[in-house]
Amino acid sequence: MHYSVFSLLRNALSGNRSWTPAWRDPEPKPAYDTVIVGGGGHGLATAYYLAKEHGITDVAVVEKGYIGSGNVGRNTTIIRSNYLLPANTPFYEKSLQLWEGLEQDINYNAMVSQRGVLNLCHSDAQRDAYARRGNAMQLAGVDAELLDAAQVRAMVPGLDMDNARFPVKGGLLQRRGGTVRHDAVAWGYARAADRRGVDILQNTEVTGILVEGGRVTGVETTRGTIRAKRVGLAAAGNSSRVAAMAGLRLPIESHVLQAFVSEAVKPLIHTVVTFGAGHFYVSQSDKGGLVFGGDIDGYNSYAQRGSLPVVEDVMESAVALFPAFSRLRYLRQWGGIMDMSMDGSPIIDRTPVDGLFLNCGWCYGGFKATPASGWCFAHTIATGAPHALNAGFRLDRFATGRVVDEKGAGAQPNLH
Amino acid sequence: MRIPCPFCGDRGNEEFTVLGAAGLARPAPEADDAAWHDYVHLRDNPAGAHRELWHHVFGCRAWLVVERDTRTHAVLSVTPAKERAA
Ligand SMILES: Cc1cc2nc3c(=O)[nH]c(=O)nc-3n(C[C@H](O)[C@H](O)[C@H](O)COP(=O)(O)OP(=O)(O)OC[C@H]3O[C@@H](n4cnc5c(N)ncnc54)[C@H](O)[C@@H]3O)c2cc1C
Ligand SMILES: [Zn+2]
Repeated sequence: MHYSVFSLLRNALSGNRSWTPAWRDPEPKPAYDTVIVGGGGHGLATAYYLAKEHGITDVAVVEKGYIGSGNVGRNTTIIRSNYLLPANTPFYEKSLQLWEGLEQDINYNAMVSQRGVLNLCHSDAQRDAYARRGNAMQLAGVDAELLDAAQVRAMVPGLDMDNARFPVKGGLLQRRGGTVRHDAVAWGYARAADRRGVDILQNTEVTGILVEGGRVTGVETTRGTIRAKRVGLAAAGNSSRVAAMAGLRLPIESHVLQAFVSEAVKPLIHTVVTFGAGHFYVSQSDKGGLVFGGDIDGYNSYAQRGSLPVVEDVMESAVALFPAFSRLRYLRQWGGIMDMSMDGSPIIDRTPVDGLFLNCGWCYGGFKATPASGWCFAHTIATGAPHALNAGFRLDRFATGRVVDEKGAGAQPNLH
Repeated sequence: MRIPCPFCGDRGNEEFTVLGAAGLARPAPEADDAAWHDYVHLRDNPAGAHRELWHHVFGCRAWLVVERDTRTHAVLSVTPAKERAA
């Protein structure tokens, strides 16, 4: 069913009885051309672009839980392309451009909101670093503005501008950044892929990867063997475990990141604000809740829940930046498991096993990458080689020394 | 999460910092690139028991080998790092 104002009216007048499910619930076929492991944002987007851009529709997305149960439904919804390194900037800008046209493309309201992302700076050195980043962005054709303290004050009331320890000196603003409703992204891509013939197999866990003579031939699942010519892994926080089924050992640790939502209040923050003197960021959802994020907990975890010291740390940062937040109560909090890679950047590449492709290592920032990740992974799977946009995200870059370390933290995943 | 330090007793994890997997064997300086790549970058990253190096930085400052279940955060054993077999 095509969604439009007319379908909305028609269904409103007929008591909403004729809506059809957004995607089918098919039985697994014995074989597909391509199987994607993991029905998060990246896996679903990959399937969609395989069908749309490359005409490959004999595709199954195999998801162990339900669509939206992973990080795609757990993140803090921020999108941006304010990167410094040449391997990153064009890729994330491609993603932002795909976000800008996404809702028309997939006929789904994902509430893409370009409300801006403002990174605050608190020292002269930090302002210099942001000026450099903004210049690099502009050289790559990306919008960036350096704001002074007065401009920040006018844009975001409520900041503790003149804090004695961390005064706000200005900020780097990307107006085209913002937020997107995360579960709508999962549902929208699932529906759009399904409409092009992709089978979405929920509650189907991949338990083995079949390799014969150095070539992938399919996957074992909890609903039987599925043969495939090509297999793409997009299992987010579980990448090491899934890749191990094909004998690969990855430059990745799994870590937990928490998110927080406050009680709903009237409009208070109209953009996304990040604290430059601690790891903290905030935006306000359309329901009115303030959405907070901070640091990962720092230890390996598959538990999808974090511990209390990080909660305290995030709340302290929130109140340091916006003293008025001390009057708010936080309503709910959760965790998600992410692949932290050794240089803080992702991997979208072939693997040493023929026909097996890998998409992983998204760290804190894979939600904003969803469209470009799917687009580039689909290209890599369809053609057998990376696109220029993901040419920096090779698996062998760690062995060859061509790491993409945006933060300069080295091979210490919990510092990225 | 609480970690029973052999010297200080049961302490909250905010008193500690964590380095990562314990028991990675540092290659000889003249070892080849593949050995160094393996040591610096590749990890088992298990779902289950995991041996890690933790530093009791706001306590006795000892380095500890903590074995934890990464699925539940349950601490399985804690030993001073200097007691590791060389
Ligand atoms: C709290 C939090 C906040 C975040 N905030 C942001 C943000 O503001 N902006 C941003 O850009 N990024 C953010 N991220 C990161 C982002 O959410 C992730 O990088 C991204 O969602 C990962 O890709 P995905 O959507 O495909 O992952 P997922 O949705 O996790 O998809 C992976 C899927 O693989 C499935 N799977 C795993 N193993 C198997 C198996 N054996 N068989 C079958 N299926 C399997 C899982 O069930 C899961 O559904 C945040 C992450 C967290 C946890
Ligand atoms: Zn101690």
